[in-house]
Amino acid sequence: MTGAVWAPLLSGVQVTFWICAVLAIVGAIGVIASSKPVYSALSLALVMLALAVVYASLEAGFLFAVQIIVYTGAVLMLFLFVIMLVGVSTRETLVDTLRGHRLAAGLAGVGLVALLTLGVGQAITAPAVGLEAANAGGNVEGLAQLIFHRYVVAFEATAALLITAAVAAMVLAHPKRLRPKPDQSVRLRRRVEAYVEQGVHPGAQPSSGVFARHNSIATPALLPDGSVAPESISATVASRVPPADPAQLGLPLAQTLAAIEGRPGAGPVDAEDSPSSPASPSTPSSPASPSSPASPASPASPASAVDPPGPAPAASPDRSDPEGGSDD
Amino acid sequence: MTDLYLILAVILFNVGLVGFLIRRNALIIFMSIELMLNASNLVLVSMSHVHGVLDGQVAAFFVMVVAAAEVVIGLSIIVTIFRARRSTSVDNEILLKG
Amino acid sequence: MTVFALTPIPASGLQVYAWLLIALPLGVAALLLVGGRRTNGWGHFLATLAPMASFGLALAYFIDLLALAPDQRAITVPVYDWIAGPTFDVSVTLLLDPLSILFVLLVTGVGSLIHIYSLGYMAHDPDRRRFFAYLNLFVAAMLILVLADNYLVLFVGWEGVGLASFLLISFWQERPSAAAAGKKAFIVNRIGDLGLIIAIFTMLALFGSSSFSSVNAGADQISGFWASLLGFLLLLGACGKSAQVPLQTWLLDAMEGPTPVSALIHAATMVTAGVYLVVRSGAIYAQAPAAQLAVAIVGTVTLLVGAWIGCAKDDIKKVLAGSTMSQIGYMMLAAGIGPAGYAFAIFHLLTHGFFKANMFLGAGSLMHATGDDVNMRHYGALRRLLPVTFFTFAAGYLAIIGFPFFSGFYSKDHIIEAAFEHQPALGLLALLGAGVTAFYMTRLMAMAFFGQSRWRPGVHPHESPATMTAPLVLLALGSFAGGLVLNGWIGRWLEPIGAEAPEHASWVPQITPIGLATLAVVAAGVVLGWLLFGRRPVPDQAPQQVSPLTRWGRRDLYVDDAYEAALVRPGLGLAQAVAWVDQRVVDGAVEGSAGLAQAAGTKLGRLQNGYVRSYGLTMLIGLLAIGLALILGQLV
Repeated sequence: MTGAVWAPLLSGVQVTFWICAVLAIVGAIGVIASSKPVYSALSLALVMLALAVVYASLEAGFLFAVQIIVYTGAVLMLFLFVIMLVGVSTRETLVDTLRGHRLAAGLAGVGLVALLTLGVGQAITAPAVGLEAANAGGNVEGLAQLIFHRYVVAFEATAALLITAAVAAMVLAHPKRLRPKPDQSVRLRRRVEAYVEQGVHPGAQPSSGVFARHNSIATPALLPDGSVAPESISATVASRVPPADPAQLGLPLAQTLAAIEGRPGAGPVDAEDSPSSPASPSTPSSPASPSSPASPASPASPASAVDPPGPAPAASPDRSDPEGGSDD
Repeated sequence: MTDLYLILAVILFNVGLVGFLIRRNALIIFMSIELMLNASNLVLVSMSHVHGVLDGQVAAFFVMVVAAAEVVIGLSIIVTIFRARRSTSVDNEILLKG
Repeated sequence: MTVFALTPIPASGLQVYAWLLIALPLGVAALLLVGGRRTNGWGHFLATLAPMASFGLALAYFIDLLALAPDQRAITVPVYDWIAGPTFDVSVTLLLDPLSILFVLLVTGVGSLIHIYSLGYMAHDPDRRRFFAYLNLFVAAMLILVLADNYLVLFVGWEGVGLASFLLISFWQERPSAAAAGKKAFIVNRIGDLGLIIAIFTMLALFGSSSFSSVNAGADQISGFWASLLGFLLLLGACGKSAQVPLQTWLLDAMEGPTPVSALIHAATMVTAGVYLVVRSGAIYAQAPAAQLAVAIVGTVTLLVGAWIGCAKDDIKKVLAGSTMSQIGYMMLAAGIGPAGYAFAIFHLLTHGFFKANMFLGAGSLMHATGDDVNMRHYGALRRLLPVTFFTFAAGYLAIIGFPFFSGFYSKDHIIEAAFEHQPALGLLALLGAGVTAFYMTRLMAMAFFGQSRWRPGVHPHESPATMTAPLVLLALGSFAGGLVLNGWIGRWLEPIGAEAPEHASWVPQITPIGLATLAVVAAGVVLGWLLFGRRPVPDQAPQQVSPLTRWGRRDLYVDDAYEAALVRPGLGLAQAVAWVDQRVVDGAVEGSAGLAQAAGTKLGRLQNGYVRSYGLTMLIGLLAIGLALILGQLV
C-alpha cells in the first residue's frame, strides 16, 4: 500500500526536498555567519521559505501558508523593523573575545549532530503513512477540526498569550517620559513669554510654497515685499537645498500681473508698493491677499491667535520634535 | 526518506545552536533561536506525515503562535535594552556575573 | 568482729535542720561572690559569723549526741534524693555520728578562729571579700565531706575542698608562683581523686550503693581481691588529699597561699580528710590486710620524709608544711594499724588541728611582724618583741614534740606504742620520727625566737593586733589542754564507729618502756637542735657546704625533679606531639579540604564569566554528556 502511495510522488518530493534542504542549510549558515544583522535576517527568510516549500511537499498546505504569512511576513518584518531601529549598519566583528569558545562551540555542535543523527537514525522503522486519508476533507478543514475540538483549550490559551504579548510589547517598548507632556496652555504661555522676552513672533509660522504654483517644502514663502520668509523652510531642507531665488519665484506672477495690468480696470488697489524690493522688478507682490493689508509678517495666512492642530510650528524649539530627531 | 527530514532538522537545529553560542548580537542570537524553532517544526510536520495524523501540524501551528509571541516580547526587550545601553551585544559581564 | 557502724536512726527535732551547718557558710560564700563589690564593707564580718553559727549548731548536736545512748549515736538527716535509679540510688543524706561531729566541731571551731584571725591578717588586702568567700566555701565543702552518709556525696565535698584549696592557694593570682602552686595542687589532687572515684564506681557495682552503712554491711561478703582493690584505691585518694608519699609534692608549694589558708586547709582540716576516709572505710580495710599494711607503710614513709624536709628548709611555712606531712603520716600510720589505731588517728588529728593551726597562725604573726618575710634566717631574738606569739607558739612547739601533758604527748605516744605492738619496725621508725620532729621544731624555735637578731634593714617587728592574738591564745590553750581533756574520752566515744577503746583511758600517763624511750628520743632531738642552732650563731645565708641529707631535704628529696623527668617532660612531649598532629594532620586535613574547595571554587568560578554564550555552551556539553550516557546505557 505504501508503495502505491509513494510511487507517483517519489521523485517530485525528493527533488523538492534536496533543493530546499540545500537552500535551507545555506540560509542557516548565512544567518549565523553574516556580520550584518540585515543579511542574517534575509538569510533567515530564505530558510523559512525553503521550509515552507518542504511543508507543502509534506502535505501540510495550511502550514505552508502560515509559515510564509506569519514567519516570513510578520516575524521577519518585525526583525527588520528592529534592525532598522537599532541601526542598520551595526557590524559585529566575527573574531570571538572568548578564547577557544568558537572552537568548543563548533565541536559541541558537531557532537550533537552526531549524537542526534545516531539517535534519529534508529527512530523511524516503519515507512511513512502519508496524509492522504487525514487530508481527505481538506487540510485546513482537518486542522480546524482538531484545533477547535481537541485542542480548543490550548488554542484559547494561545489567544491569551498573544494578547498578553501585545500588551507586554507596548509596555516594554514605550519610552519613559522624562518630563510631563506640555499641554496647550503651557505651550501658549511659552509662546507668549518668548514673544515678550525675545520678540519671537507668537503666531503660526509661514508655510512654505508660493500660491498655487509651488507647494514644495523646499520653496520658501515670500514676504509682501517679495523677499524670502526664512521661517517658512525647515532648517534641514534649507541646509540641503540651495536657496531659492525670489526673483525666479516671483517671475511668473509678475508676468501675470503685467499681463493683467495691460488691461484697464482689472487690479485692485495696490497703492503701497514694496519699499525695497531688490529682486522684484516693479510689480507689487501680494495682490492675492487683499484682506490682510496691515499684517506685517504673515503674508500667507491670516493672523490667528489659535494654533492650527498638528505639530506646533510657532517657536523654533518645538519645531524639531517629530522629524528632526532622526537626523541627529 | 523520512530520516532525511529529521537529519535536515538536526542540521538546522545545530546551526542555530552554534549561532546562539558564537554570536554576540542579540538580534542574531534571536534569529538563531527562530532557526531552532523552525527545525523543530520541521520534525513535527514530517512526523505528522509519517504517522498520517494531523496532530503534528497542529503542534507546529501552536509553536508558530508561541514563537510569534516570543518574538514580540524578545524584540521589545532588545529595543528596551538598546535604548538603555546603545548596544545589542550580549557580552556584558556586569549583568550576569555572580 | 568489730562493728563498724551503728544502725542510723532518723533525725528528729532540731536535728532535721542539720543542713544549716552547710547552708550557712555556703550561702554566705554565694552572697559574697555574687554580691560583688557591694559587700566589700561588711562581707568579711558576715563570713566570720557563718562558721561561728555553724559551730554553735554543731555544739548543740554534739550535746544531743552525748545525751544519747552510745549505740544510738548515729542520726541520718535526709535532704533530698539525688540520683534515683533502678540499680542504685543515691540520696543526699547527712550523717551525724561520733566521728563526723568531731570533724564538724574541728572544722567550724578552728575555722571560726582562723576567720577571726584573718580579719586582722587580711585587713589590708584589696581582695579581702573574695578571700572570705573562698574560706566560707571551703568550710561548707569540708562540712559536706564529713557529714555525707555516702561516698558519692562525700566526693562532692572532697572536690569542693579541692576547688577551695586551689582557689586559695592561688589566691594571690598575680604571682606566677602562686598560680603554678595552685595548678600543681589541683592536678596532683586529681590523681588521688581518680582513685577515689574509681573506688566509688566499684562500690556502686559491688554493693549497689555507696552509703557507708551499705558498704560496711557488705564489706565482709566481698572477696579479698575486691576488698584489696578498694583499699588501695581509697588509699590513693587519701594520699592525694593528705599529701602522703608519693603524692606529697603539692603541699610544700601550697604554702604560697595566705597563711590562714595554710593553717586551716593545709594543716588543720582538709589534708586530714584522707585519714578520715581511711577510718570511715575501716570495714573494707578489715578485709584487706595488704591494703592496710600499705596504709601503715605510706604513713611511716611520709612521716619520715616530712620530718626530713622539715629539717632542711629555711622557709618557716615550709618547715611547718613538712611537719604537717609528717604528722599526717603518724595519723595514717595509726589508721593503718587497724581498729586499734583509729581512735589514736582521730585523736592525733584533733590535737594536730589545734597545735598546727596554732603554729601556722603564729608563723603568720611572725611574717606580719617582719614584713612578710618567711626566711627564718632573717628572724632571731623575736621572743621579747612578740611575747604573745612566742608563748602561744611555744605551746604548739611543746605539743608537737610531745612534751609531757601537752596534747601531742598523749596522741603521739599512743600511736608509737600502737605501732610497736602492731609491727616493731614501724614503731621504731615512728620513734625515730619523733626524735627528728623534736630536732627540727627546736631548730625552728631557736632560729625564730632566740639567738641574735638578723632582721632585714627597715624591719621593725611588732606584736600583731588582738584579732590575731586572740585566736592564737585560744588555740594555744587547745594545744595544751586538748590531750588532757580528750585522752580518757575519745576512745570510748569513737568505739561505736569501729575503733577499739584503749585500755588505759585516763589523763594520767602510764609509764611504759616505749613511753620512756620516746621521751628520751625527743629529749635527744631537742638537745641536738639546741646545740646546733641555739648555741651557735645562725648564718645569715644558708650554707652551701652541707651534708647530702640537707641537700636532699632542701630539694624535697628530688621528688619534684623525678616527677619532672618521669612525668612532666614526657607529658609535655606528648602534648607537643598531639599539638603537632593537631596542627599538621588534623588542621592540615581541614585546611586542606578548605583550600581544595577554595581552589576549586576559584577555578570553577571562571566558568561563571558573565557570558551567556559560555553558559549555553556549558549546557550543551551537559546535554551531550547526558545523551551519551543514555545511548551508552542503552547499548550496554
